[in-house]
Amino acid sequence: MLNYPTELKYTKTHEWVKEEDGIFTIGLSDYAQDALGDIVFVNLPEVDDEVTAGETFSDVESVKAVSDVYSPVTGKVVEINEELLDNPAAINEDCYNAWLIKVADVTDTEELLDAEAYEQVCKEEE
Amino acid sequence: MKLLFERSKTDRAMNLIPPCEVECVSFDDSLLRKEPLRLPEISETDLSRHYKELAKQTHGVNDGFYPLGSCTMKYNPKIDEEIASLSGFTGIHPLQPEESVQGALEVLYETKQLLDEITGMDDMTFQPAAGAHGEYTGLLLIRKYHQSRNDTERVNIIVPDSAHGTNPASAVMAGFKVINVPSNPQGGVDLDELRKAVGPDTAGLMLTNPNTLGLFDPNILEITKIIHEAGGLCYYDGANLNAIMGRVRPGDMGFDCVHLNLHKTFGTPHGGGGPGSGPVGCKAFLKDFLPSPIVMKKEDGTYFFKTPEKTMGQVRSFYGNFLVVVKALTYIKSLGREGIIEASSNAVLNANYLMNRLKEYYDLPYDEICMHEFVLSLEKLKHETGVSAMDIAKGSLDYGIHPPTMYFPLIVHEALMFEPTETESRETLDEAAEIFIKLRKMADEDPEYLHQAPHNCMIGRPDEVTAARKPVLRYSFENE
Amino acid sequence: MSGYVVNTPSEQKEMLQTMGMESLDDLYVSVPEEARLKELHIPEGKSEFEVSRDMQSKADKNMVYKHIFRGAGAYNHYIHAIVKSITSKEEFLTAYTPYQAEISQGVLQSIFEYQTQMCELTGLDVSNASVYDGAVAAAEAIFMVQERKRSDVLIADTINPQIRTVIETYCESRNVNLITVKSNQLSMNLDDLKEKLNDTVAGVLVQSPNFYGIIEDVPAISALAHEHKAKVIMHTNPIALAVLKNARECNADICVAEGQPLGLPLGYGGPYLGIMTATKDMMRKLPGRIVGETTDHNGNRAYVLTLQAREQHIRREKASSNICSNEALCAMTASVYCAAVGPKGLKQVACNSASNAHYLASELKKIEGFELVSDKEFFNEFLMTCPVNPNTLIKKLSLRGILGGLPVGDNILWCCTEMNTKQEMDQLVNTIKEVL
Repeated sequence: MLNYPTELKYTKTHEWVKEEDGIFTIGLSDYAQDALGDIVFVNLPEVDDEVTAGETFSDVESVKAVSDVYSPVTGKVVEINEELLDNPAAINEDCYNAWLIKVADVTDTEELLDAEAYEQVCKEEE
Repeated sequence: MKLLFERSKTDRAMNLIPPCEVECVSFDDSLLRKEPLRLPEISETDLSRHYKELAKQTHGVNDGFYPLGSCTMKYNPKIDEEIASLSGFTGIHPLQPEESVQGALEVLYETKQLLDEITGMDDMTFQPAAGAHGEYTGLLLIRKYHQSRNDTERVNIIVPDSAHGTNPASAVMAGFKVINVPSNPQGGVDLDELRKAVGPDTAGLMLTNPNTLGLFDPNILEITKIIHEAGGLCYYDGANLNAIMGRVRPGDMGFDCVHLNLHKTFGTPHGGGGPGSGPVGCKAFLKDFLPSPIVMKKEDGTYFFKTPEKTMGQVRSFYGNFLVVVKALTYIKSLGREGIIEASSNAVLNANYLMNRLKEYYDLPYDEICMHEFVLSLEKLKHETGVSAMDIAKGSLDYGIHPPTMYFPLIVHEALMFEPTETESRETLDEAAEIFIKLRKMADEDPEYLHQAPHNCMIGRPDEVTAARKPVLRYSFENE
Repeated sequence: MSGYVVNTPSEQKEMLQTMGMESLDDLYVSVPEEARLKELHIPEGKSEFEVSRDMQSKADKNMVYKHIFRGAGAYNHYIHAIVKSITSKEEFLTAYTPYQAEISQGVLQSIFEYQTQMCELTGLDVSNASVYDGAVAAAEAIFMVQERKRSDVLIADTINPQIRTVIETYCESRNVNLITVKSNQLSMNLDDLKEKLNDTVAGVLVQSPNFYGIIEDVPAISALAHEHKAKVIMHTNPIALAVLKNARECNADICVAEGQPLGLPLGYGGPYLGIMTATKDMMRKLPGRIVGETTDHNGNRAYVLTLQAREQHIRREKASSNICSNEALCAMTASVYCAAVGPKGLKQVACNSASNAHYLASELKKIEGFELVSDKEFFNEFLMTCPVNPNTLIKKLSLRGILGGLPVGDNILWCCTEMNTKQEMDQLVNTIKEVL
């Protein structure tokens, strides 16, 4: 069973977002990690890079595929999860703790879904 | 099996070089290498046996059927190797004066003449060392052409969604943006979508025909016309030329430039991944942009090199993989006019024969006469039995068959792409068909066995996930 | 019938009939009538005997010099019998890229061994499985260092002009701004380098030994470049690395080389071998195939193509390079060569080549009008003045069966390897004296 915590928001492109004090933490949803299979590498942006809502900011590699990750918000990267560079498997193991980036100075957001609506999106995709 | 480094013993090296006859140079200490050089030290016996063992663990064309789609694994004639190892070819320096290498220039010139005729082009460079390198060179021709006309808005290269991965990658390298066009239900280019995609920003089209589904696009003349009318040029990816050589020419289909894979269509061996050779031919209006130098013939019958007037520069040093060109010329001379047509026709015949033997057992997403290759889809099989294209491919390894290309083209799910080539007999095709039919039955009866295949190879399925997550890319010495 | 088709015409007919077809032409119904070729205008096929004679006559028209004093990117070294014997094994010769690891361990292991040897030679951490040649390796290395905010690349003007041309061709379409660093005494002018370095510089490319054979001060160049966080690409001759400072000792970030000296024949320019190694942090930027070690499900050591998500067949238009076919068999050749000569043998090849060059330079200097253009330290090539038109001299030498050095302007670039005996060099000097 895939898991969609209710305290998070989601995008249709399978990222999750959590806002705390103006800092947006972004990661990949359970549906995304399951579909990707064993993740072998994550290309992350650099701190201070600008990200734009609806545009790609990272890609994740499995053995024979690469998938873009889209930013749910427009803003500035303030932190990246460097641990993932050495241990990309963390996304497969615990995708809601294995965040990718934290973004501040957010000026715009994509349409965000709550857990229930997102689960529906995932069901439709299957 | 041991690595070279694990066979190494101090001072066991071979004695091959005589001592220096002159005073030994002494470089300033600040220039000298201090790090130890840990190359293996190994006797000739052990070195020979080491590689003999590695050869046993390598499936070559003569180790069994090799229907690897899009790769044209035909038999590599022995005479081609013998000719390419003549000292008159191997022993000449690339910067020798032209008058001392007339035979080499003649090889390049004659090959150019023959391939121009086979492709319907007017001139050719042999500098590109591989197919992707040729694509890149051909796209630079297109780039230079538009630049020469100050037509700088043309930034888009149109690529069908069934294209080889090198096509979009080459286009970006050459400074273009890639516009993907979808295929129509028959597997060809969707003409309506193509018409929508072209415009004043169209630099050109990259197309392989027959396409990667193994189908000849019957709308080809319309396709190239749409591009030309929009002001773009048409690039032919020659990876699949083996289906049509002698039957129809890229130049007559409306293409302006083309690359060939001598290591596919013209019988030169693949060397475990290279060297190949990817000559690029073009119509007369593009020849001034070709890389330098181009071989020419004088009226007195001698040959010389010329720098094309508006040359793009050079894409490789010297004249490309010359010795591969020698092999290809030997091959073309052996086949000749009727042999070329015989080869392509039989490549197509063999593919259709095998396809017809298999289509009762596997899904054939495009049930038409194919060209030199065909694509099966195992999507339904996977859904019903859990057995994937990968499982069937790995299962075939246990029968001494090199598997077909897997998971390509991307527009067919669970794809297996077969290219038997013309140098296989009917018996080989029948045997292969029986094996793939047997594997199909096994998918119903014992899927687990196929999930675990291969069972009889040197190794089982390797752990590619760990290989990519924790890359080990070189041997570590014990004392490290 | 001269081709390699197996099935006889009657078998072909039977096969067609199983599909309800009459002739081979029926297979081509989808080809539009107006595009079909009416006649292919090439000669008829020939027997192997005839083709062999024809090709042999072409080979015979080439002059194979016994005495070669020319390098400039292609070097005449001794190739041991075992090298050819191993690399002509038909399994290695005819296999495709080792996508199917279970039946390709031989090729995969050989590439893994090659990668290890190239890391050992250059001193850097990771190697790819080769690119087309040394010039393309240099161009690909420039794309590895390119960053969004850094588009300038400094390039020494002492680099082989052909490599320079290839780089220029590659960079024109890739938004790289190439800036030439001037030279002084045929080696990089460090003051000019200092002046041109700033924080928009992505990298510095230097060849050492350079086109003129001079050993560049790469450690000093690296120190300057790294002050500005620019990467250093060192283009080198792999033979030289047996005795001269390797890329790690020079603090270079990427090492590229023309691998031809490692067991590949002159072959009129190819196939050759592009060697590329890099520091660990640049591993994922390396273009082309890379082999890695892993295990199979029984725990056996196994080799596979790895880090494939970098490559064009997966990343398509987002791939950093389009390379697919490489020079795998040439890489194996280099690997066998390195194993055959071993560390001591390779040092001896390097030492003999350099010693011969120094001997020849000292002997030529004794002739009036022959002087070294630079007094900087050189490896196995050196640029010398010539008292007459260099082309005239080279032509005269050619009539005596000697391939002299390469004319470069009014000078001549001479080269020696371990193949040049003392007697041969003395004979060259005497011949020059005679024909001047």
